[in-house]
Amino acid sequence: MFKTYDPLKDKMFQVMDDNGKVINPGVKPDIPDEEVLEAYKLMQFARTADLMTISFQRQGRMYTYPPNFGQEAISAAAGKIMRKQDWMVPAFREMSAWISQGVKLRDIFLYWGGYEDGSLFSGVPHLLPLSIPMASQLPHAVGIGYAIDYREEDSVVFAFTGDGATSEGDFHESLNVAGVWKVPVIFIIQNNQYAISVPVRKQTASKNLAVKAVAYGIPGIKVDGNDYFAMYAAISEAFAYCRSGKGPVLIEALTYRRGAHTTSDDPTLYRTEEEEKKWAEKDPIKRLKGYLVSKKLWKDADEKTLLEQYKKEVEKEFDIYENYPPYKIEDVFKFHYKDMPEDLKKQQIEYEKFVNSREDWK
Amino acid sequence: MKVMNMVQSINNAIDIKLADDPNLVVYGEDVGVEGGVFRVTQDLQKKHGEKRVFDSPLAESAIIGSALGMCIAGLRPVVEIQFSGFVYPGFNQILSHVSRMRNRSRGKYGAQMVIRMPYGGGIKALEHHSESPEALFSHIPGLKVVIPSTPYDAKGLLISSIESDDPVVYMEPKRIYRAIKQEVPEEKFSIPLGKGKILSEGSDITVVSYGAMVRDVQRAMITAKEAGISVELIDLRTIYPIDREIIKQSVKKTGRILIVTEAPTSFGPGAELIAIVTEEAFLSLEAPPTRLSGFDTIPPLPKGEHFYFHTPERIFYEIKKVIDY
Repeated sequence: MFKTYDPLKDKMFQVMDDNGKVINPGVKPDIPDEEVLEAYKLMQFARTADLMTISFQRQGRMYTYPPNFGQEAISAAAGKIMRKQDWMVPAFREMSAWISQGVKLRDIFLYWGGYEDGSLFSGVPHLLPLSIPMASQLPHAVGIGYAIDYREEDSVVFAFTGDGATSEGDFHESLNVAGVWKVPVIFIIQNNQYAISVPVRKQTASKNLAVKAVAYGIPGIKVDGNDYFAMYAAISEAFAYCRSGKGPVLIEALTYRRGAHTTSDDPTLYRTEEEEKKWAEKDPIKRLKGYLVSKKLWKDADEKTLLEQYKKEVEKEFDIYENYPPYKIEDVFKFHYKDMPEDLKKQQIEYEKFVNSREDWK
Repeated sequence: MKVMNMVQSINNAIDIKLADDPNLVVYGEDVGVEGGVFRVTQDLQKKHGEKRVFDSPLAESAIIGSALGMCIAGLRPVVEIQFSGFVYPGFNQILSHVSRMRNRSRGKYGAQMVIRMPYGGGIKALEHHSESPEALFSHIPGLKVVIPSTPYDAKGLLISSIESDDPVVYMEPKRIYRAIKQEVPEEKFSIPLGKGKILSEGSDITVVSYGAMVRDVQRAMITAKEAGISVELIDLRTIYPIDREIIKQSVKKTGRILIVTEAPTSFGPGAELIAIVTEEAFLSLEAPPTRLSGFDTIPPLPKGEHFYFHTPERIFYEIKKVIDY
């Protein structure tokens, strides 16, 4: 696959058309029907949660939040391939993968709602906290990859980043070092066309982003990121490549951020309605649904029941977040060091004395 | 006991920990085959293998960032940055991730790593080879910053730094790498982090220093003794967490303090020490707490270097000023 879709030829790997019709049957991954349906439901759940989170934010019940809307297929495919022993180094738009790995929505709400506790991802030991500075999490993936090889473990690291991040030095250092060390890391660029307001053409003169792999001596492939089957096939191939000890792979997943960069952003300032409409036609959920309906695996009536049920689940989790215990003074201090320095203890004690001196603050 | 210089005692500490802890890995630029540009890791690759002691590509951000990934996956990396002046491409990783991962993950992941780097001047080198940026690291929540002044301390402090579950920036005074030799036990021993040491007891003035400047203070103390001034010399050894107690007790006794560092003066370690003295021993002070630090300038190239690095004569001059206040 990596040879056929040499990024220098700028060909995009695709299985389905915009309506979910399989146009490349020879490369369609062999996934049982019920698993395809599961993946569809995962994407629908992620979207329900995502859109509801935006409205919670609009109601003033959450802080800034970066929507996943339109990008659900990429991390759904990764999430379905990832095993318990694999690692995930996220950026911040991988809702489907987090959920498939067992992250509870309450943690996601806690994080975007202003509690560090949200980064704990309890019960998911191999998922790192989200990384805000672009590309700077990628060297961590390389180090985890080294540790996997060092211990001769059968694990793979899934490292996510965005299109803008490919301009950062850490992206290049990571790909380079990963190539030299031949670590089992799949780098996945979610190319959603914009880094906040700046389009990809202003990030790079390269003809695509997958081509960056060429200079580092590792395979790269450009994939239709809104095509669940294409993503599944490409990640599966990269996964097998990593596990065979050959080293890292770079996947550029072409998608579109249908929502805003974050709830503080206004996309009407930098893109047209026409463009948004064009990409709505390529929506990943719409396409997989088209496939399922054509195979008689799904119908609209099922969807209505499913979405009602998902809304209730999301509300239940949101309720847990809204009833979470208030932030405590000690939460500010206690995790900075394993052994807290005396100076820091003193700062906490002094503040507590002040608080205790005020009847109304207790 | 064996007579060692600081290069040898640091090498010995890493060697012991490599044998001790199968999770320990050591890497950086030129660290493997060559043993580092100062030969601090000499022969360690031969002894412990290429998987554990190795050369990295020339990429400080990837060196420090990958070390954090290794920590997350349970290893214990000791990485070398060739000179402290080259750490800045990796500074973002230290500031944005290494120091924060424990807090960000609410204790799920730690950053049990040591970032070693030679620092300080006086070796007649190029630009970027003479700076003392310890204040930059000491200002970052989540880090510990250690600077030894003798081969013995270098070993004991490095073993504690490696065993620390918190990230340690371990700065090596390159000027005295080979200048001081002393007896150092060959077996494992450790010196606790966050504890200074009184090198000489005295009653007239407290002088606080660390790293290569300690030796220059000791030289100034010969003149001070001849002048009848009794100096209490404290080697800070750990810049953060700072040993508040040792400073407090000493200044309560002497009533005077001079802080001697190579780092630029403004917002430097001396400022922090003076704040501690005013907070902890204000009523004992008989003279303004004073600092003799580097100028707020770039350390000059070799022809001008002698102006920047304060000599024992200048240190004595400042001691005298505080005494005569």
